[in-house]
Amino acid sequence: MGLPTPPFSPGLFGPEAIIMGGLTGLNWRLKDYEARGGYAALRKILSEKTPPDQLIGEIKKSALRGRGGAGFPTGLKWSFMPRQFPGAKYIVCNSDEGEPGTFKDRDLLRYNPHIVIEGLIIAGYAMSTHVAYNYIHGEIWDVYERFEEALEEARAAGYVGKNILASGFDFELHNHHGYGAYICGEETGLLESLEGKKGMPRFKPPFPASYGLYGKPTTINNTETFAAVPWIVVNGAEAFLGLGKPNNGGTKIFSVSGDVERPGNFEVRLGTPFAKLLEMAGGMRGGRKLKACIPGGSSMPVLPAEIIMKTDMDYDSIAKAGSMLGSGAVIIMDETRCMVRSLLRLSYFYFEESCGQCTPCREGTGWLYRMVDRIERGRGKPEDLDLLNNVSDNIAGRTICALGDAAALPVKSFIKHFREEFVHHIEHKKCLVPDYL
Amino acid sequence: MLEIEINGKQMEVADGVTIMDAANQAGIYIPHFCYHPKLSIAANCRMCLVQVEKAPKPLPACATPVMNGMKVQTHSPQAVDAQKGVMEFLLINHPLDCPICDQGGECQLQDLAVGYGASGSRYEEPKRVVTNKNLGPLISTDMTRCIHCTRCVRFGQEIAGIMELGMIGRGEHAEIITFVGKTVDSELSGNVIDLCPVGALTSKPFRYTARPWELTRRPSISPHCGLGSNLTVHVKQNRVMRVLPRANDAINECWLSDKDRFSYEGLNSEERLARPMLKRAGTWEEVEWEVALRFVAEELRRISAQHGAGAVGALATPYQTLEELYLLQKLIRGLGTGNVDFRLRQSDFGADGRLSGAPWLGMKIADMGKLDRVLVIGSNLRHDHPLLAHRLRQATKRGLQLSLINPFDDDLLMRVAHKGTVVPSAMPGMVAAVLKAAAEAKDAAPPATPGADAPDAARAIAESLVSGKSIGVFLGNLAQHHPDASRLHALGIALAELTGARFGFLGEAANSVGGYVAGCVPFGSPSGLNARAMLQKPLKAYLLLGVEAELDTYDAGETMAAMKSAELVVAMSPYQHRAVEYAHVLLPIGPFTETAGTFISTEGAVQSFNGVVHPLGETRPAWKVMRVLGNLLGLPGFKYNTADDVRREVLGTESNVGSRLGNDLSARGSGAENARKAGLERLGEVPIYAADAIVRRARSLQQTRDAARPVARMSRALYERLALREGDSLRVRQGAGEAVVSVAVDNGMPADCIRLAAALPETAALGAMFGEVTAERVAQQER
Repeated sequence: MGLPTPPFSPGLFGPEAIIMGGLTGLNWRLKDYEARGGYAALRKILSEKTPPDQLIGEIKKSALRGRGGAGFPTGLKWSFMPRQFPGAKYIVCNSDEGEPGTFKDRDLLRYNPHIVIEGLIIAGYAMSTHVAYNYIHGEIWDVYERFEEALEEARAAGYVGKNILASGFDFELHNHHGYGAYICGEETGLLESLEGKKGMPRFKPPFPASYGLYGKPTTINNTETFAAVPWIVVNGAEAFLGLGKPNNGGTKIFSVSGDVERPGNFEVRLGTPFAKLLEMAGGMRGGRKLKACIPGGSSMPVLPAEIIMKTDMDYDSIAKAGSMLGSGAVIIMDETRCMVRSLLRLSYFYFEESCGQCTPCREGTGWLYRMVDRIERGRGKPEDLDLLNNVSDNIAGRTICALGDAAALPVKSFIKHFREEFVHHIEHKKCLVPDYL
Repeated sequence: MLEIEINGKQMEVADGVTIMDAANQAGIYIPHFCYHPKLSIAANCRMCLVQVEKAPKPLPACATPVMNGMKVQTHSPQAVDAQKGVMEFLLINHPLDCPICDQGGECQLQDLAVGYGASGSRYEEPKRVVTNKNLGPLISTDMTRCIHCTRCVRFGQEIAGIMELGMIGRGEHAEIITFVGKTVDSELSGNVIDLCPVGALTSKPFRYTARPWELTRRPSISPHCGLGSNLTVHVKQNRVMRVLPRANDAINECWLSDKDRFSYEGLNSEERLARPMLKRAGTWEEVEWEVALRFVAEELRRISAQHGAGAVGALATPYQTLEELYLLQKLIRGLGTGNVDFRLRQSDFGADGRLSGAPWLGMKIADMGKLDRVLVIGSNLRHDHPLLAHRLRQATKRGLQLSLINPFDDDLLMRVAHKGTVVPSAMPGMVAAVLKAAAEAKDAAPPATPGADAPDAARAIAESLVSGKSIGVFLGNLAQHHPDASRLHALGIALAELTGARFGFLGEAANSVGGYVAGCVPFGSPSGLNARAMLQKPLKAYLLLGVEAELDTYDAGETMAAMKSAELVVAMSPYQHRAVEYAHVLLPIGPFTETAGTFISTEGAVQSFNGVVHPLGETRPAWKVMRVLGNLLGLPGFKYNTADDVRREVLGTESNVGSRLGNDLSARGSGAENARKAGLERLGEVPIYAADAIVRRARSLQQTRDAARPVARMSRALYERLALREGDSLRVRQGAGEAVVSVAVDNGMPADCIRLAAALPETAALGAMFGEVTAERVAQQER
């Protein structure tokens, strides 16, 4: 299979890149990974017979937090898994990267698939679990095939399968690709989809750790989270924590997109100032002025330039600034961007991607979209802004999954920070951004 | 136990309950749509959001488990704000077409909108429109009204056992549909009408005929199967407009089968007989009751005098009330004969005189769900007992191992552990083999009954049974109609005794037990001929109570011959049916909705009811007709004022008939095994919507898939042996009769068996429900 060669710039990774460091775009094979020191972590724990508890303790100490969006402490999540549970239990890798602005897992699977496989095996060892699934976004078929190839390499080399490296530990990994529903990236929606059903999130509790895939205990983590595990095992939790800030261990891959000179993935230490990240991305395109930034994927609140420029890129700092680190998708908007039109695009996305299961999201996302659409088309009314806020409040926190919040938070933050643009649209029936820009 | 506080009220609840359960216990109402106590929890409507102390956001009461020390506010400002927000969302795309909606007046959305909706709408965008779906003749759709609660979907998955409805599409495009081009054909489908909290799914037969507030609701009991499902009959201007379930967890829970729900259309049939009719000089005339009844009395006297009382016989269906069955036998015995029977589809009466009581279920209906091993012999469960099938379906999910011995292999929509599928004549042999294998498995002495070496199926069934703790062995309708019914009965008892099982009969009709209790059987005093004997050797006079001769009896051909040769046939029926061809008097009697009466269900529950409407035209309750007839004949003891008087005479003052029930046989010999017939066998089952006079006339049910024209079903092997091809018909000959019917391959059928329904006009020319037939191909062009 001829894989189309995507544009690849190895220089995009920061100097401390521990996950994507040393990649050229071509060195994804097993031998390359082993040459970079790959599978050493796995060999280490298998030969030393590291007690699983100790392993989970390490992950806890490293302050590794979920890279998929919610930032939940990974070690804590792993400790919820009932290791002594006698029946089947599962690990699921969430590679259903659907959050607009995010494209890190795609590159990870494409350019460094073995690091994910190794991370998954170690997770399996730590949680005494022998079966894992990797659920890959449906739109990136080439990546699915690449990962499949890498998995076969690993299986042939004895890293995956029965009695791994003669350690007595069995671990089977299966690939699965979705069919392009954003909601299947929500962990329980993903489980439903994996079971062959319509991807609709489950009500929690029960959480997947007690009732997950096929009703069995299941741990779900993001691709990048698993990819961080081998480094922690080799270098220790302290070293990992030292890369970032307290409670924000390690590095993070930021997918920088939008109005910058060099959009792409950047793996930097957590806590790196936004300004530095922007600089790495080549600064603003055409030297224009930064207007706003969505720091964590389209579901997170937007931040205006003056706030984001003073913010460091880690979970706690961004939260303090009023948004969330989310999946690390940094969407940069310059002064030519109309915030009404930008919000319209987001609202349309959530309207289209709502699964339709629960009332506030099914009905509310359409309402939000239609109101923003009216404002964009110059048919808005002054009372619409309060109504938008109120409808958003009626959605947020009242749905089965977080998609409701994801649809509501952008609306609230766009209106909060850029109210004058909306008012201008309503009063003048046209955009505040001048045509000449 | 957990201690919680709801709205400031301290209470203790059991572990594992939800906030909704706890609130229900406390008598606090939390608004909801998707929640239903009999269905799984979906938590998708979000109407039941409540405030929980320390929770950052409102939580759905239906899905949130109670934790110790939880403090819940169901009507605090935060909770009500959330509930009102949800209500607004539900209404923005709802058409608000209540004035033309059948659900108006009994709509959960309408009711709750009064409490939680705003008086005006803030929504100014275009509303969604959803195309309607064709779900078949019973359920009408207005899908724009749907609020996506998925109760109907969950009902199919969880209760009916088949997912005929599902939700496709995402977000606003989500809609409830059937599989492409399919209708909803479950025998329990009508329940989704009750479940639908809005007017998206409504009753097609009832559509646009009445408003809920115009209807008077009267309790009644369903006559259509042995369960005695509890009904609420909705009446407007002395007409039954519809039938809904009356919740009774011991019997039908909150469900009804479609047969129970939609049969009411037959009550308002144009075929209803409104005045007594008398055939004079070959033509039918409407006459006064007095004329008709005097004629009957005189003729009965004349025939008794000429030919002896034994020349008179009475036949009743098991769908009649206890009082009617009792008076019929009292009348006949008053004439000096015991020729009376209500078991019209039975052919083997070998158990008569040996029975320890009225054959019954042997246990409570509700306890069936607690069994862990069940063997059902000869039953089309889903069609004969839809709600018992549902109980067993739920039990199989909890680990019940269900085994079947049947002459077909229909999909029961539940997990069946083991099946012995054999031709009807081989069924006793199969039960005997199970008995033998069970004895071996138990290391007990092999039973006296001879039985071939157990085939694998029998062994598997036996091993399943003996491994159980709580076991049931049941004989279904087919086993009761079977030519070897008494042998099956004896074998069933032996198997139950050996395995420590409960043994029982799945009662065919409302009064399958009541008929015995009423003494409407020929083995009382004086004794007489059973139903089959009365027809095999024709009598001079027949009293028919609710009977349609060619449809309600074991051998239609034989019955019609007997009717045509009789000097007097008195047809008491709500309908003017084919009796005009053979009867001499037609007496219009009220169906169960027009008379007071009692049904004794298959579990022995005595359920009395009153009429819900006045009798149509000159129709009279049958118990009154027989009272007058008794008086005209000068018989003693016919001075009743009410149906209650009759019931008291039968049952005494108590309504417990436990002591009169019994499934045991005194002489246990199960008789010689009938030689396996060499030729083709007929399996003449009774189709679900042809079983009784009312359902036969229920127009909408007759349009369902289950009411399709009769088709001869057979195995692929037989199909090929008969050289049949696509489009061919089959000429089936049985005794003197024949019928030409279409053909279908049914891979669940044993070889050498043709499954061709009885109780249908198209097959009425044939003979017995079971027995030898011959068949030949009728090529397409010959027709």
